[in-house]
Amino acid sequence: MKKSILVLALLACVSLVFAQDIKIGGIGPVTGEAATFGISTKNGMMMAVEEWNAKGGVFGGRKVKLIFEDDKGDPAEGATVYTKLIQQDGVVAIVGTVMSKVTLAGAPICQANGIPMISPTSTNEKVTLVGDYIFRACFIDPFQGTVGANFAYNDLKARAAAAIFDLGNDYTKGLAENFKKQFEKLGGKVVAFEGHPSGATDFKAQLTKILQAKPDVIYIPDYYNDVGLIAKQVRELGFKGPLVGGDGWDSPDLVKIGGTAVENGFFTNHYSSEDTRPIVQDFVKKYKAKYGAEPDALAALAYDAMYIMLDAIRRAGTTKGSAIRDALKTTDLNVVSGRVKFDENRNPIKSAVIIEIKNGKPVYRTTVNP
Amino acid sequence: MGPLINPQQIINGLQLGSIYALIALGYTMVYGIVRLINFAHGDFFMIGAYAAYAAFFAFNAMVAGRTGTLAFIVLVIAMATSASVAWLANKLAYKPLRYKPKLSSLITAIGVSMFIEYFFSAFPAIGASYRAFPEIIPRRDIHIGPAVVSNLVLIDLAVAAILMIGLTLLVRRTTLGKAMRAVSQDKDAARLMGIDIEMVISFTFLIGGAFAGAAGLLAGMTYPRIFPYMGILPGLKAFIAAVLGGIGNIPGAMLGAYIMGIAETFASAYNSLIGEGIAFAILILVLLIRPTGLLGEKIADKI
Repeated sequence: MKKSILVLALLACVSLVFAQDIKIGGIGPVTGEAATFGISTKNGMMMAVEEWNAKGGVFGGRKVKLIFEDDKGDPAEGATVYTKLIQQDGVVAIVGTVMSKVTLAGAPICQANGIPMISPTSTNEKVTLVGDYIFRACFIDPFQGTVGANFAYNDLKARAAAAIFDLGNDYTKGLAENFKKQFEKLGGKVVAFEGHPSGATDFKAQLTKILQAKPDVIYIPDYYNDVGLIAKQVRELGFKGPLVGGDGWDSPDLVKIGGTAVENGFFTNHYSSEDTRPIVQDFVKKYKAKYGAEPDALAALAYDAMYIMLDAIRRAGTTKGSAIRDALKTTDLNVVSGRVKFDENRNPIKSAVIIEIKNGKPVYRTTVNP
Repeated sequence: MGPLINPQQIINGLQLGSIYALIALGYTMVYGIVRLINFAHGDFFMIGAYAAYAAFFAFNAMVAGRTGTLAFIVLVIAMATSASVAWLANKLAYKPLRYKPKLSSLITAIGVSMFIEYFFSAFPAIGASYRAFPEIIPRRDIHIGPAVVSNLVLIDLAVAAILMIGLTLLVRRTTLGKAMRAVSQDKDAARLMGIDIEMVISFTFLIGGAFAGAAGLLAGMTYPRIFPYMGILPGLKAFIAAVLGGIGNIPGAMLGAYIMGIAETFASAYNSLIGEGIAFAILILVLLIRPTGLLGEKIADKI
């Protein structure tokens, strides 16, 4: 009897040392208002994890176990799943989540527990300012708003711009404000600056008011769902000029909801599947073979974020939170969305692309460097 | 021309008002007959939108290119589906509580509403995510002076007007309408006169549901994004419209809905947040100043 207990205990120790998987938490909005974001994010993360496991794990033969949770695009739900992953599942690091408002609810939980976190796509400035355990794989709102304004002023030759944004969403407000700042700095005029309530379906009152100010271009830094509705209604009201937006447009549903109304639309994004760099083409090929769909930026950034995190854990050689954090800080890695190094606020320094909607398809237009 | 008062905004308001009107009618009719505020009514509107969505994909290939026929089929299916669900809700949830305290029915209505919403979200074929509503009728623009009217606006206005005229004729001119009016005035006396009250109530739910279904289709075409919770806010606003017009009063619901649509549009043009809150401001004002609504009669007890 005693012997068998001893053997069991020994076995347990051995399995702890050799076979224990490294648990990583993944979070994304698989249902709710940004469901396609969540699904792409999950796909990207799973693909990265499979590749690392196929290569023999992260370090010392230890493989990755991804525990993925749905935040439903809701900050309250987000806080719950962050806590669940840390307290209940005991993950060593978290990759997630997508929407800034949800990440802002989860980041303080990671910081307080000393769990390193990297958000693939939360572009709001405040996210990484939560603390030194919080990183991201994408560029931030000021940069997107600035690039959008540069593009509208220089490429589209617009001189009068209008913006419509979601009053209840930090991401769209942040983009709109930075667009305005840069557009006015360039010498253009922002003739209308209108908020709309979250969850609205009728935007005609605000759009009618915007059109009375006669803008050359309208900046719509919303998520694809709202963009589709806004585009449709602004075209119905007779506006034929260009529409410009941010990475929230990046979804196959944009064209499904907006139809022909989103033609002559442009948005800033993190990556284009038409980029010719081999690392991108390799990623696109593998993703298509696995999921049967073109990877969007959400998938690419989730894949990148997971790579950055696992690379840091490999270099740290331990699952201790503070060691992973220190390794993340010294990241210098070539990933799908560009070469990533972190600045002092743990934001990556990287380039942006402009995508145009042409005949219902997103087409690569140009790359803008920081 | 002032930035606020302009013809385009009035058109925007009328379009929004048409959708509110179709929903508000169901609220007001059911209240008129059984004194029940059917909070699940907004969800019948949502079901109409989903039924239209399904009907479009079922029949699109079959009628190939004949837009008018397709739109008509989709409308009929949307109305029929919502009507059946409304009828079923009455049979299963409200009828057993008919002669129980009114509060029980009211709470049951909230329960039915939540059940429909969460059942739909949990149902794998529907799910909680947004869906893009297909373009059933391609958009065409008609310019009238400084205002732009798309054919969608005209369709919204016309469908709402035709249905409302039909309802008015039904209530005023037919025997069934007479029975409905009788039941709404005095249930017991109506029963003594040989009117089958349950039949009249079922019929009222059918019509109310059908109108909500039509509104669901129109909303889907106008705002092409549908999801299981889409009925909550329009339902609430249509309810306020019905209260504004005088709950239980059919012309009142129509009037209230158009006032609400226009008020909301003008308020949103002034400031988005005020636009979002104007409906509730109206509700508070009506309850304070004229609780019976614009066209409502005095009723001793209300919920």
